[in-house]
Amino acid sequence: MKIVIPIQLVPDRVEEIVINKEKDGFDLEEIAWILNEFDDHAVEQGIILKEKTGVEVVVVAAGGEKSDEALFTAAAKGADRLIRVNVDFSTEKVNNHALAKIFQTIIMEEKPDLILTGVSNHNGFDGAIGALLAEYLGMPYIGYISGVDIEGMSALVLKDYPGGIKAKMEVALPAVLGISSSEKPPRYVPISKVRQAMKTGSVQEKDGDIDLAGGLIIDRMYEPEVSGRAEILSGSLKDIADRIAEIVKSQGLI
Amino acid sequence: MSEIFVYVEHFQGIVSDITYMCLAQAQQIAKSNGGNVVAVLLGHNIELLSKDLFADEIITVSHDSLAEFTYDPFAAVLAKIIQDKQPGLMIFGDTSIGSDLAGGLSARLHLPLVSFCKEIKAEEGKLRFVAQICGGKIFAEGDLKECTSLVTLSPGKFKAKDGKTTTTPKVSAYSLPAFEKSRITLKEIILPSGEDLDISKEEILIGIGRGIENEDNVSLAKELADALGGELCASRPVIDQGWLSTSRLVGKSGKTIKPKLYLALGISGAPEHVESIEESEMIIAVNTDPEAPIFNIARYGTTENLLDISKELIRSIQKVKGG
Repeated sequence: MKIVIPIQLVPDRVEEIVINKEKDGFDLEEIAWILNEFDDHAVEQGIILKEKTGVEVVVVAAGGEKSDEALFTAAAKGADRLIRVNVDFSTEKVNNHALAKIFQTIIMEEKPDLILTGVSNHNGFDGAIGALLAEYLGMPYIGYISGVDIEGMSALVLKDYPGGIKAKMEVALPAVLGISSSEKPPRYVPISKVRQAMKTGSVQEKDGDIDLAGGLIIDRMYEPEVSGRAEILSGSLKDIADRIAEIVKSQGLI
Repeated sequence: MSEIFVYVEHFQGIVSDITYMCLAQAQQIAKSNGGNVVAVLLGHNIELLSKDLFADEIITVSHDSLAEFTYDPFAAVLAKIIQDKQPGLMIFGDTSIGSDLAGGLSARLHLPLVSFCKEIKAEEGKLRFVAQICGGKIFAEGDLKECTSLVTLSPGKFKAKDGKTTTTPKVSAYSLPAFEKSRITLKEIILPSGEDLDISKEEILIGIGRGIENEDNVSLAKELADALGGELCASRPVIDQGWLSTSRLVGKSGKTIKPKLYLALGISGAPEHVESIEESEMIIAVNTDPEAPIFNIARYGTTENLLDISKELIRSIQKVKGG
């Protein structure tokens, strides 16, 4: 049995998100890119399933060498094979429809039994990769998954509903699952292990095409205007803490 | 403008608030650009759900195969309705159900999709989307195409009350189209355990986010909560780590809270979190990033380290309590 996990990098929200000069997209060079946190959970869920059942885990990224660190981190965690699709994101405004089509080609070659991917990416304005990918592949899809078990040619999954409600569902394989959280938190791997994986492992490189036909065009990107801002408390730690205590007291709460 | 369709999301006999917000958005577009608002209601024994939907028409498809949501039959029925009726717009709530359906239908029917949509603006007969991305730090705008566009609308801009009416609209039954056997089977609905507390009813809540950094620091936040006489809740990164139970999750898959005091420690303020805390009476935020969106909704804030301020705050509260 084989699991393919498509991953992508997203802007690090902790850092400044720089908009390009044309004000219609990101400045790709100025942004700090990190692995999409939901994809991190998808990788973890794949490794957990490998440990439980011995499935083969293949992790696929698209773009340039920027994604190699995320790929080799997955290898250090236990992924069996790594694939990078070489497409140039700097010349085209890639969206999730185009990215899903790139992954579709690789997945059709790999013929996996299960595809796990992050349920969304915070910079994706045109739908989730998993939902799009499932339809392109003609497979069933369930998103917002927080637990997966494989039983024969089915997967038993837990889907999150609003309000903390969950639904246990059975889906026939092959299927695509959008992971919101792995059943255990993503494991930490020391950088030395990642470096070791870089030395001893390899990334299979493939060519891909960007097809932008399905997505939307952004013609204006900007930081939102803020209607109100918090009053930022100043002074020493003690001054600030005393002020907060006073505020809470003035509300009659202590 | 052609018709604006809204997908009616419901669970256990109750229409979700997000559906009414979608109807409010649809009504705003109809007011500016014309066109009818049509609610699309799928399920079984759903007659009573249509009574307060603010729409010109309600299309219902009632069948026992639609009694609970699973992707295959719902996507098949909606695909047939969209192909048949060709609305200008179909709006879903940006939920774990709406985003599954809208994403799949976009790929199946080759229709454009806007996700994380804050608002569809009607401008001179045209429609423009505003998507709120990167955790609320960036807005992205563009024109909608001249075909059926799909949208998943985030809460925030529209109020649920504006999507309700006292006049029952015309209801049209739509025949269940033929579709292939579902590849997905619902086995069980698991409701939240009653053992833990209901954070939606707490008056003082201390929310912890990614900034708490590690599990050891959760105990300090708990100490602060105890000093304030409140309880802990958290955003998804903390729940995902297993540091607090899922019943304490605030946000999209968790609960909406409205305490008298919400003290947000190390929470950035992504839209899905902000939407779930905006009814709090007083929000005080602690985050070292001065640009964090949480400061846009908080009344007071500090950019000091949350551990340092928590320790100091425990002392200050004890002093105030001691008179």
